[in-house]
Amino acid sequence: MAGEHIVRSFDEDLGKLDNLIVEMGGLAEMQLAQAIEALVRRDVTLAEAVAAGDARIDALEREVDAFTVEVLARRQPMAADLRLVISALKAANDLERIGDLSRNICKRTMALARAPAMGSAMNTVARMAGLVQEMIRNVLDAYIERDVQMANDVWARDEEVDQLHTSLFRELLTYMMEDPRNITACTHLLFIAKNVERMGDHVTNIAEYIRMMVLGEAHDEMRPKDDQSSLTVVSPDAITDSQNTESA
Amino acid sequence: MDDTAMEMAPETKQAAPEVAPKISARNVEVFYGDTQAIKGVSLEIPEKQVTALIGPSGCGKSTFLRCINRMNDVIEGCRVTGDIILDGQNILDPDVDVVFLRARVGMVFQRPNPFPKSIYDNVAYGPRIHKITSSKSELDGIVEHSLKQAGLFDEVSDRLDGPGTGLSGGQQQRLCIARAVAVQPEVILMDEPCSALDPIATARIEELIDEMRENYTIVMVTHSMQQAARVSQRTAFFHLGDLVEQGETTKIFTKPEDERTASYITGRIG
Repeated sequence: MAGEHIVRSFDEDLGKLDNLIVEMGGLAEMQLAQAIEALVRRDVTLAEAVAAGDARIDALEREVDAFTVEVLARRQPMAADLRLVISALKAANDLERIGDLSRNICKRTMALARAPAMGSAMNTVARMAGLVQEMIRNVLDAYIERDVQMANDVWARDEEVDQLHTSLFRELLTYMMEDPRNITACTHLLFIAKNVERMGDHVTNIAEYIRMMVLGEAHDEMRPKDDQSSLTVVSPDAITDSQNTESA
Repeated sequence: MDDTAMEMAPETKQAAPEVAPKISARNVEVFYGDTQAIKGVSLEIPEKQVTALIGPSGCGKSTFLRCINRMNDVIEGCRVTGDIILDGQNILDPDVDVVFLRARVGMVFQRPNPFPKSIYDNVAYGPRIHKITSSKSELDGIVEHSLKQAGLFDEVSDRLDGPGTGLSGGQQQRLCIARAVAVQPEVILMDEPCSALDPIATARIEELIDEMRENYTIVMVTHSMQQAARVSQRTAFFHLGDLVEQGETTKIFTKPEDERTASYITGRIG
C-alpha cells in the first residue's frame, strides 16, 4: 500500500516482521540444500549438523509468534496491515514445517548411509529438492515485493514437484520388487521424497497468503495437483514382463 | 437516486444493504454560507442496524449526521439540499414538523448534557413536552423502562430524585440515552457518544448500543475506528465532504476499496 504510517514505529514493526520471515525463509532454503547435499554425499556428519540447525528456525518462529501478538495488541492493525500481520504469522508456521521436514531428511540420511546406494533415485530426489529450493527463494521474493504474479507462478509450479514425486514413487516400488535388499533404502527415500513434496505444498500456502495479503482475496481456483502416488499400483508382473522383453 | 448522482459519486456505488433502508439520503449537499461542507452524499441506512460514520475532522460526518434530524436548521447561513427520505417522507421538506421529527429521530451528543434537574425529570422531560401521557403512573413506567433500556436503572433506582448532574460521566451519558429513548424514537443519532468516557464506561455504552439495535436504527459518528469496527454493521467513510466509501463494516476494515479509506484506517499519510 502506498504511503507511510503517521506513526513511524509502526512501519518499523512491519519491517521487522518482513525481516523475520525473510530470515526464516533463507534458513529453510539453506537447510533443505544442505540436507540434500548430505543425502547425496552420504555425509552423516553434515546431516547431524543440519538437523541441529533446525533449532534456529524454531526459535525464529517463536519470535514471529510473540512479535505478531505484540503488534496486534499494540497497533490494532486494520485492512492491509492486518492482512500482512496475519500472513506473517501463517507463513512463519509453514516455514517452520519446512524446517522440520529437512531435519527429518537428515535423520533418514543417517540411516541411509548404512544401506546400499540408490544412485538414480537419489538424483530424482535431488532434482525435486532443487525445484522446491527455487520455489522457496521465489516465494520469499514475491513476499517481500508483494508480487502476486510471481506468487501465482510459484503456486502453479508445484505441479512439477508432484509429477516428479509420482514418477519417483513408481521407480522406487520397482527397485523394491527387483531386490528386497533395496527395501530399507527405498522406504527411506520414499519418505524423503514425500517430505520434499510436502515442502512444495507449504510453499504454495505461502503463495496463497501473498495473494490474500496484497489483494485481500483468496485464490478462487483449485491448485493444479498432480501427485498420483496415492493412487499408484505397480504390479510385479509388469517388472517380470519388462525384464523378459529386455532379455529377449 | 437519479443518474446524475450516480455519475457524480461512482465510487460509492457499492452493494446496497440487504435490509430495507430506514433512511435514504440522496445527493445531500450542505453549505455554510459559501463553504460547501458536504458534496452530493447518497447513503442508505438500513433499519435496526448500527451505521458508523468515520473520517478525519472536518470531513462532514457530523454535519451529515445533523441533517438527519434537521439540527443544522439552527445554524445561521446553513443550507441543505437534496433529499433525506425517512420511511417514505422527505424530512428536508420545509413543511416537516421539526419538533415531531426530533421525537422520531433522537440524538445523543459527545459530552453528556443532562438537564440540571432530577434523574427522573431528565427522562420525563420529553414524554411531558410531547404529551405522550398525562398519567403519573404511566410516566413512572416510561421513566423506569427508559432507564432500564439505557442500562442505568439498577444504579439509580434509589435516587431518582437526585440531580442528573451528580452522576458519573458514563452514567450521565446513559441518562442522556434514556432521555432520548423515552419519547420512543425510531432512529437514534450519536455524535461521538464515548469520546468523553473512560474505557469501562465506553464498553458499557457499546454493549448498550449492541442491545439497542434490536429496537432502533442507530447512526453513530466516531473518531475511534476500533469502536466503529466493534459496534457497527455498516460503515461510511467521509473525506473532505465526500462520501468516499460505504459498505459492510467487516469489508471496510479488512479490505477497503478506496486508497483514501485504506490510508485513513491504517493510519497512513494519505
